[in-house]
Amino acid sequence: MAVLKLKELSKKPDLLTGGHRMCAGCGAPIVVRQVLMAIDEPVIISNATGCLEVATTIYPYTAWKLPWIHSAFENAAATISGVEAMYQSLKRQGKIPADQKIKFLAFGGDGGTYDIGLQALSGALERGHDFMYVCYDNGAYMNTGIQRSSATPFGADTTTSPAGKVLQGKAQKRKDLTKIALAHGVPFVAQASPHNWKDLMTKVQKAMSIEGPKFMNVIAPCNRGWRTQTNDAIELSRLAVNTCFWPLYEVANGVATVTYNPKKNRRPIAEWLKPQGRFKHLFKPENEWMLAKFQELVDDNWRSVVNMHNNSHPGETIDPEEGKTW
Amino acid sequence: MKKVAMTGNVAVANAMRQINPDVCAAYPITPSTEIMQQFSTFVANGQVDTELVTVESEHSAMSACIGAAAAGGRVMNATSANGLALMWEMLYIAAGNRLPIVLSCVNRALSAPINIHCDHSDSMGARDSGWIQIYAENAQEAYDNTIQSVRIGEHPDLHLPVMSCMDGFIISHSIENLELLDDPQVRDFVGPYRGTTYPLLDVNNPVTYGALHLQDYYIESRRQLHEAHKRAKDIVVQVGKEYGKISGRSYGLFETYKMEDAEIGLVALNSAAGTAKVVVDEFRAKGVKAGLLKPRLFRPFPYLEIADALKGLKALCVLDRADSFGAAGGPLFIEVRSALYDLPKRPVTINKIFGLGGRDLGLDDLRKVFEELTTIVDKGPKSLYEYITVRE
Repeated sequence: MAVLKLKELSKKPDLLTGGHRMCAGCGAPIVVRQVLMAIDEPVIISNATGCLEVATTIYPYTAWKLPWIHSAFENAAATISGVEAMYQSLKRQGKIPADQKIKFLAFGGDGGTYDIGLQALSGALERGHDFMYVCYDNGAYMNTGIQRSSATPFGADTTTSPAGKVLQGKAQKRKDLTKIALAHGVPFVAQASPHNWKDLMTKVQKAMSIEGPKFMNVIAPCNRGWRTQTNDAIELSRLAVNTCFWPLYEVANGVATVTYNPKKNRRPIAEWLKPQGRFKHLFKPENEWMLAKFQELVDDNWRSVVNMHNNSHPGETIDPEEGKTW
Repeated sequence: MKKVAMTGNVAVANAMRQINPDVCAAYPITPSTEIMQQFSTFVANGQVDTELVTVESEHSAMSACIGAAAAGGRVMNATSANGLALMWEMLYIAAGNRLPIVLSCVNRALSAPINIHCDHSDSMGARDSGWIQIYAENAQEAYDNTIQSVRIGEHPDLHLPVMSCMDGFIISHSIENLELLDDPQVRDFVGPYRGTTYPLLDVNNPVTYGALHLQDYYIESRRQLHEAHKRAKDIVVQVGKEYGKISGRSYGLFETYKMEDAEIGLVALNSAAGTAKVVVDEFRAKGVKAGLLKPRLFRPFPYLEIADALKGLKALCVLDRADSFGAAGGPLFIEVRSALYDLPKRPVTINKIFGLGGRDLGLDDLRKVFEELTTIVDKGPKSLYEYITVRE
């Protein structure tokens, strides 16, 4: 694996070019660029319907300087599996050079991945295609106007889980898609965040060195849906990780590793929720229980991730309560 | 050339083996299951070079076919009924992206109520998706059409997906005597793949598939699909003639049976045409000038040629094995009747919906239809559109 040096990386061409028409301050294109920058081989992308797809390919323009296909919402994984199958077939038949290396990626938002695309993703992971699926998780159907998905956090005010006089935002907790992907027994699964580019890109490099299906879930703040500022995507990613809402970890060939432990940087979840308009109602006095419940959900999830780490690394265990000083 | 006895499904699977596609998707659904099942054996035994993608649904089957065809190779698949319905969204996307996928549709009734037997509600519902649709009377035609579909879809003037249809169970599961071409004959006939102008796998020339077309470009894209369909008719005829040279069986837009001097006639798709031919012969023996037109190409619909072939009739019945609920007749009837509109003198035309969910169409049913046709020339039809083979 090549060493990640900013100076070298800055010389790499942008395969998702500027002027792509994503909103100012969107986390998704940052994620895409970091993923692409970490890969040296030619890449082919299948993109689910969503913000990333509509905004980057308004005909007759395209922001992609690599082969790219969008076919529908729920099938980015099935579509890339067809592309990859054709590559395998033509290579085996000698119709393309044997040394032609190509990496296959699928990108989808949380709606296209956790919800409508889950079946196609599961099928492609099980079949063992040599590809990596990257979910950019902004926690709702942002492209259609901020509707709740199964990735939407507990309590979030969205247009289909509005905080009203009776209901207080989304009643359910999030689906843990990363662990669902892991349950397929695939060789590489990870969670990453764009604020920690080195961690994200190291994971991509590692994934690319492994043959078979890979899944990566990356938090991607959306200032429209989260109701935050356009300049805080990176800061909110950092807070999501330091509050343990979004643990950074990987499971590579069965070895689970927490790749970042917040320790003294650990913060209560309220610090991540506070700047986001979608959680405003959680700070009303009568909703104090919701904040407590949110913290509990976060702590439970962190403990379960740490537990996987500790089982894989009995000599370097992490204390899941470490840094919880408030 | 080899004479064999096999089911329609096995015949189509053998056509696929001889075509040797680069990628196939496989997902089971009665009655088409056997095609991909048989083909999987060819893959397992190394008789084909195909990469088989054993998807988790028909939606993913068509999605994988779209990815594979855009990547730059020959792609085939098979399905029926609800499987085709689940593919619906992707059928339009395959056509819109101009990917020459060949799909064998083994016609079966759509739910509800659930039923596994033949009617044409599946492929008829997909008639506006932009796919070319070709129908087969028997296993021989299903085999021949499968091979021709590859050439038609991949033609540089078309680049269109092709749905090759045959009747579920009636043809798919009945053993018939038929002739298979020799493997090299099929290989030479289909030739090397040339159906994707800008393959995704050409990483040095990156292209974007499936871009967002708004008010300023969408209609032009659909217009191109429209124009391609206008070109398809001649290509279907040309490929059908060429196929005749290697097989002795030429194909056109439709088949006419005793239509030259016919006064009353039927229009029927697929296996019902076989039944109709027997009844035409019976009426001819009685001195009645009866005839049959069996459409082969349904999309694009060769309306000028069909009108011309039917112009001598005094009375006509179009048989539909599908309903278009609430419409002015079944899907085939609507097309045929519209085609006749510009004739200076039109036959009296009626429509019978028959055989839904595999209900048998007997000789007696068609005798009654012909008898009715002999009376309506003077009296006019008592009803334009009605069900037969149904319990009243």
